[in-house]
Amino acid sequence: MGLTIQSTSIGVLKEKFKVELESSDEIVIALAGNPNTGKSTVFNRLTGLNQHTGNWPGKTVTNAQGRFKHNEKNYILIDLPGTYSLFANSMEEQIARDFICFGNPEVTVVVADATSLERNLNLVLQILEITDKVVVCVNLLDEAKRKKITIDLKKLSDRIGVPVVGTSARSGKGLQELKDTVEKVAVGKIITNPFKIHYDTVIEHAIEKIEPEIEDFVKSRFHKRWMALRLIDGDNAFQDSMNAYLDMDFSKNAALQMKLKEARAMICQELSDLEELQDRIVSNIVSIAEDIRNEVVFSNRTARYKKVRDIDSILTSRLYGIPIMIALLGLIFWITIVGANVPSALLADGLFWVEGQLSAFFFWLGVPVWVHDMIVYGVYRTLAWVVSVMLPPMAIFFPLFTLLEDLGYLPRVAFNLDYYFKKACAHGKQALTMCMGFGCNAAGIISCRIIDSPRERLIAILTNNFVPCNGRFPTLIALSSLFIAGSFSGAFQSFAAAIAILAVIVLGVMITLLISRLLSKTVLKGLPSSFALELPPYRRPQIGRVIVRSLIDRTLFVLGRAVAVAAPAGLIIWVMANISIGDESLLTHCAQFLDPFATLLGLDGYILMAFLLGLPANEIVIPILIMSYLSGGSMLELDSLTELRQLFLDHGWTQLTAVCMMLFSLNHWPCATTLWTIHKETQSWKWTGAAFLIPTVTGVVLCFVVAQGAALLRLV
Amino acid sequence: MSTTFIPLNQLPVGSTGKVKTLAADGIERRRMLDLGLIRDTTVESLRKSPAGDPVAYEIRGAVIALRSEESSKIFVESI
Repeated sequence: MGLTIQSTSIGVLKEKFKVELESSDEIVIALAGNPNTGKSTVFNRLTGLNQHTGNWPGKTVTNAQGRFKHNEKNYILIDLPGTYSLFANSMEEQIARDFICFGNPEVTVVVADATSLERNLNLVLQILEITDKVVVCVNLLDEAKRKKITIDLKKLSDRIGVPVVGTSARSGKGLQELKDTVEKVAVGKIITNPFKIHYDTVIEHAIEKIEPEIEDFVKSRFHKRWMALRLIDGDNAFQDSMNAYLDMDFSKNAALQMKLKEARAMICQELSDLEELQDRIVSNIVSIAEDIRNEVVFSNRTARYKKVRDIDSILTSRLYGIPIMIALLGLIFWITIVGANVPSALLADGLFWVEGQLSAFFFWLGVPVWVHDMIVYGVYRTLAWVVSVMLPPMAIFFPLFTLLEDLGYLPRVAFNLDYYFKKACAHGKQALTMCMGFGCNAAGIISCRIIDSPRERLIAILTNNFVPCNGRFPTLIALSSLFIAGSFSGAFQSFAAAIAILAVIVLGVMITLLISRLLSKTVLKGLPSSFALELPPYRRPQIGRVIVRSLIDRTLFVLGRAVAVAAPAGLIIWVMANISIGDESLLTHCAQFLDPFATLLGLDGYILMAFLLGLPANEIVIPILIMSYLSGGSMLELDSLTELRQLFLDHGWTQLTAVCMMLFSLNHWPCATTLWTIHKETQSWKWTGAAFLIPTVTGVVLCFVVAQGAALLRLV
Repeated sequence: MSTTFIPLNQLPVGSTGKVKTLAADGIERRRMLDLGLIRDTTVESLRKSPAGDPVAYEIRGAVIALRSEESSKIFVESI
């Protein structure tokens, strides 16, 4: 037919998997493994910065690809989603399986956790059924050593018939050997002889029936046995994939269909039905994994788990579990807020100095005053504010959170809170997406991918905005310090401010649960999905690496956003504040237009305007407000909070105004980045619109009730 | 020893049971089997979450938390 396997698979790689080879002799390696095995560490260690993350085509599942060179050869490494199995129960499993089958990697490396080998062997054995070219990487050997677990790697290799390399990817041990072994398998220096799983006689007979019929299609891609089983099993996902990737529709093959019918009848005679067949297949693999484990792993079982159990018995206990959780979250907030002060001030000073230079430069250039004002006071000042206010907290919060994640604590959070989320007809993992949302709602939206069920994922996405992000913190902190704490004296001030913020956050969580339940009962009806959460052992996080990687990511994000969003926003605000129609500036006109409605909510026109103009990024709301009130048309650095407080009071603020503004800050439309992320994740304008409306309506209703309620009570 | 089987969610914390039957079908059943809950697998009930549900179990060397909706469908023999 003129199409070689080589050329068709390169084509498939590019189109269907979005993998572009730089040259035709680049060696494709697939990286598979359970979640929590340190697979990403292996990936990062092998590819360094020469990697790029995206999505698998048409799916919202992360795809990471990277390149490395070894012994003069070029390799491209594809990081498959972490999966426990390949029976296509979920999108991740389907993607992993499809790539191993149809992406035709030269070698598939399976990363396994040395401290939990039995579980990991499930996936290894399934992969061995599909392809011969496998290298097993037993990772986390350092953790295993700590837990007094030893593994006879040679025996394991003999038993399963493929090379096994032991690694501690964290410290770089074993990676050289891994690369050497991968190379040998890729070029054929090592010929593997994978272990064949034998099933019950009747199943074997059925397989023998089908194999001849599919001989031609399979060629050397993947094993006939495996394919025969999938067909007999009636695995629709597999059939769809065959269709999608190889353009083969087996339903049209009459001879094959007849044989399949016979095979199935044969099986149903001995076993009760096809379900029983699936049972047998999975059970078989699980028992073999157990047998192998018993032969190659040596450990003192009780000693191993005692430490983790002791820790967990406190962290998830009835009495202390949730208080500890709240305290930990509070600690992270506190560190973020306090830790950000000095860097923020430094950045502000530095950027202010740069502004001076910029001004001088413009002056030297001789540009018209309005151009200078527009660029320096409008664009630059907004940019400078955003960077100095946003960067330090983000640079602290995200690394801290990632450390917690690496430690293995986060599943315990989901474990503690799942009950309440179940009552709200949502998924326990939503708690984790909310935690992420504290840092940045856009990041929170992406983290919703950890929720498998589309319905529950959507609920998590739509309610993520009820958790205030780092961009809204400065607003909340300023307002609570100025107006709530003001009524208290001395030492109680900061305490009162902290309590006010905690109260806002607790309110946000309660609203999230309420709205989640509401959505479950109305627009997103459905049953709770299955919930099986693994509580992995605690691991010592790689503090240095996590911090550096997180810092770089977050810094780039904030800077990028500042340039793309805050700068143009600053320009627009300056223009609006400085162009006059009649007596008043455009800004004032708009504010006056919004005023009647805003007053109903306990706010004023300028505040509402600030929120509207703050659509690109929440962090510019207060600066815009200050700018509007000063109506000097530019942001000035107010030297003290008392001046700021006076400015607000001068514009008719009361404590109620502050409360309403805090409430509205918590409950209003998501920022533009978040909305854009929601659209990307949901692929739907409808749901993006819902994500816009739901918090907004909640905010309007809440503020209205509070404002009018307070007014009523006072009058009474 | 009693030969009646109890659902896993009724297994007291600290006790161990042997999996006997699964009262689930289709994908749910496959997921359970994939977790290692095949016949005669030993399961230990480790602890309840603060609210009482989900409960953490040790299954083949891994700690997995299951909601009572799932664990009520896994029938074990108490040992």
